[in-house]
Amino acid sequence: MAADVHRKKGWEVPNGSLAPGDGQHVERSESPTPGLAQGTEPGAGQEGAMFVHTRSYEDLTSPEDGAAAVRSPEERQGEPAEPTSMEQISKDFSELSTQLTGMALDVEEEIRQSKEGKLEPSPQTTRRDSVLSGKEEEDVTMDAWRMHRKHVFVLSEAGKPVYSRYGSEEALSSTMGVMMALVSFLEAEKNAIRSIHADGYKVVFVRRSPLVLVAVARTRQSEQEIAHELLYIYYQILSLLTWTQLNHIFQQKQNYDLRRLLAGSERITDNLLDLMAHDPSFLMGAVRCLPLAASVRDAVSTSLQQAKAKSLVFSILLSGNQLVSLVRKKDQFLHPIDLHLLFNLISSSSSFREGEAWTPICLPKFNSSGFFHAHISYLEQEMDLCLLLVSTDREDFFTVSDCKRRFQERLRRRGVHHALQEALRTPFYSVAQVGIPDLRHFIYKSKSSGLFTSPEIEAPYVHEEEKERLLGLYQYLHSRAHNSSRPLKNIYFTGPRENLLAWVTSAFELYICYSPLGTKAGAISAVNKLMKWIRKEEDRLFILTPQTY
Amino acid sequence: MAQEAMPGTFLEGIRPTYIYKVVLLGSTSVGKSSLAYRYVKNDFKESLPTVGCSFFTQTLNLEVATVKFEIWDTAGQEKYHSVCHLYYRGAHAALLVYDIANKETLNRAKLWLRDLEKEFLPDEIVIALVGNKMDLAAEREVATEEGEEFARTKGLLFMETSAKSNHQVNDIFMAIAQELLQRERQKASAPSLHGRSTVDLGESRARTGCC
Repeated sequence: MAADVHRKKGWEVPNGSLAPGDGQHVERSESPTPGLAQGTEPGAGQEGAMFVHTRSYEDLTSPEDGAAAVRSPEERQGEPAEPTSMEQISKDFSELSTQLTGMALDVEEEIRQSKEGKLEPSPQTTRRDSVLSGKEEEDVTMDAWRMHRKHVFVLSEAGKPVYSRYGSEEALSSTMGVMMALVSFLEAEKNAIRSIHADGYKVVFVRRSPLVLVAVARTRQSEQEIAHELLYIYYQILSLLTWTQLNHIFQQKQNYDLRRLLAGSERITDNLLDLMAHDPSFLMGAVRCLPLAASVRDAVSTSLQQAKAKSLVFSILLSGNQLVSLVRKKDQFLHPIDLHLLFNLISSSSSFREGEAWTPICLPKFNSSGFFHAHISYLEQEMDLCLLLVSTDREDFFTVSDCKRRFQERLRRRGVHHALQEALRTPFYSVAQVGIPDLRHFIYKSKSSGLFTSPEIEAPYVHEEEKERLLGLYQYLHSRAHNSSRPLKNIYFTGPRENLLAWVTSAFELYICYSPLGTKAGAISAVNKLMKWIRKEEDRLFILTPQTY
Repeated sequence: MAQEAMPGTFLEGIRPTYIYKVVLLGSTSVGKSSLAYRYVKNDFKESLPTVGCSFFTQTLNLEVATVKFEIWDTAGQEKYHSVCHLYYRGAHAALLVYDIANKETLNRAKLWLRDLEKEFLPDEIVIALVGNKMDLAAEREVATEEGEEFARTKGLLFMETSAKSNHQVNDIFMAIAQELLQRERQKASAPSLHGRSTVDLGESRARTGCC
């Protein structure tokens, strides 16, 4: 079973070249039924999937979760377990905090040295960088800093700050020291801290040696989902450095200041956090396609497929954060997380708009030990259409650049340029097209293809807070449906401002947002109507015939 | 040393075409991308740090020759340093860029020079030291004389520029083109032991790949 394969850790699987599970039926049922088999639901690919076959959200998170947590207690097995008393705990803790002040001083010392040092980026340049990205460093002692809904911190196991979403890392070194103290303290007792719930806040810890990631959130998300977001941040860091390099650095020097290597990339992480708060792709663990007539998409895919080169592994065309087409090397599958990281990289930098970029990038879910080289360019100045060619050979720039030229030429010859332009003018569809008056919004994910579709968020969700609130409701339903101890298949949620319904089967996930005046029976009939509509429109909303080179 | 696009165009009356690989090196946010952007598009905008490197081309039609610059604009961030030699390998010219309002960046440029000296023989590459951000003259930390003096001792071209106010950006690239062509002439007049000294473009590409 595909699920069993995924129990292995990402980097133990050679190249992540996991074939999708068997049993992908080609026959498709006319109207969906609850017992629908995976592979026949609307949106399922006809010729196999494009992505690594992740059955569900749990596949993405749980297998690795345990592994890191148990590591440290084993290390300390030699030490006798001391009897714990409250007194002892508080004594230990005060000792730890004394050590921490020391640690903070060390950091300051290093910062001072680096100011005088020759090679390290001066704080001045970092400051400029943050000005450029429009992010002013905040004063961490201010109330405004405390009021943020979600803080994210990354630190090394030595307690050194690596990243903070808000405020400067230097100012937070003692806070991060305390976080590391909490982690170490429980590990000394052969235990692992997962989260702290207090005063409406959730403090979630994710341990991925040599890094520790911490979120302090007062959102409606479950602990599991916050941990999932932290994992994304971890993968984001890996995509810049590779797992191998990250480990190597900390093996060489435990108290290394990783900010040196990540300098200039903070905005990529900032952007990822902002994106996760707005874009349901991350929650769904799936990718959204640009709505496009099947004939146009096929022409684009064929053009991409024909503009191949020996070293190319993936050719990806995207617009905004929606997928237009993806062509892959035979037997090589991309993981949705890796694709999300690529989307985020592109949306977080304007530097790709000019010229052709050629950059090393690690796709951590595919292979966390090495770099691919990505050729990134926009097809035309005014068009939001970005081409991403992922190559295994860093010397292959000119060959890959030529692939782009050939692709554009074929696109022109097939005459789909105009149709593509037209589609880009309306990158989102309106829920009104479905023709169900009380339906406000929905998210539908086909599990076998790893793709989802969702209309534009419209009135009454006009303001940013309202949009985030809607996503928050979906997050809540999602977390209830995927609760590891008590998963739910159907949820009907009645709120003061809207009703929601979630329906999770082995083949698909559907979340709908419905008028507060609608009835449960109405919602259920709407679901049936909606599923028929999605089936009717599936060749426009999904990529049904993924291509390989 | 240059790649000649059309071998055999040395015929009388036809200007030869040369392709030169130019690489921009320097610390983070000294204005490498802005210089490239100003030169290629004659425009300026605040840009975010470059990811990996960006590739541009610019063609110059000069009286004596057509020069096509292949410009590699590299990222200044430390994490890309391990791959940077890929970008400057096989380069014909390098711009070492520093920020006149940040002394530290000149020191970094000197380190880049040391790297280049390890990789290239002196006559293999034209190196220019470029003090950018002339528009920030009020915050200047590096005196013009200091850059000039360093460039003179090392035999580098030198100019202070501003990508923002378009000061001497064209000039520095033009100076590089002239220097490259000058070297081309010297080489042509010197008796060559190996026959044709220029390299066939197709051949060279196949051998050196992207760099």
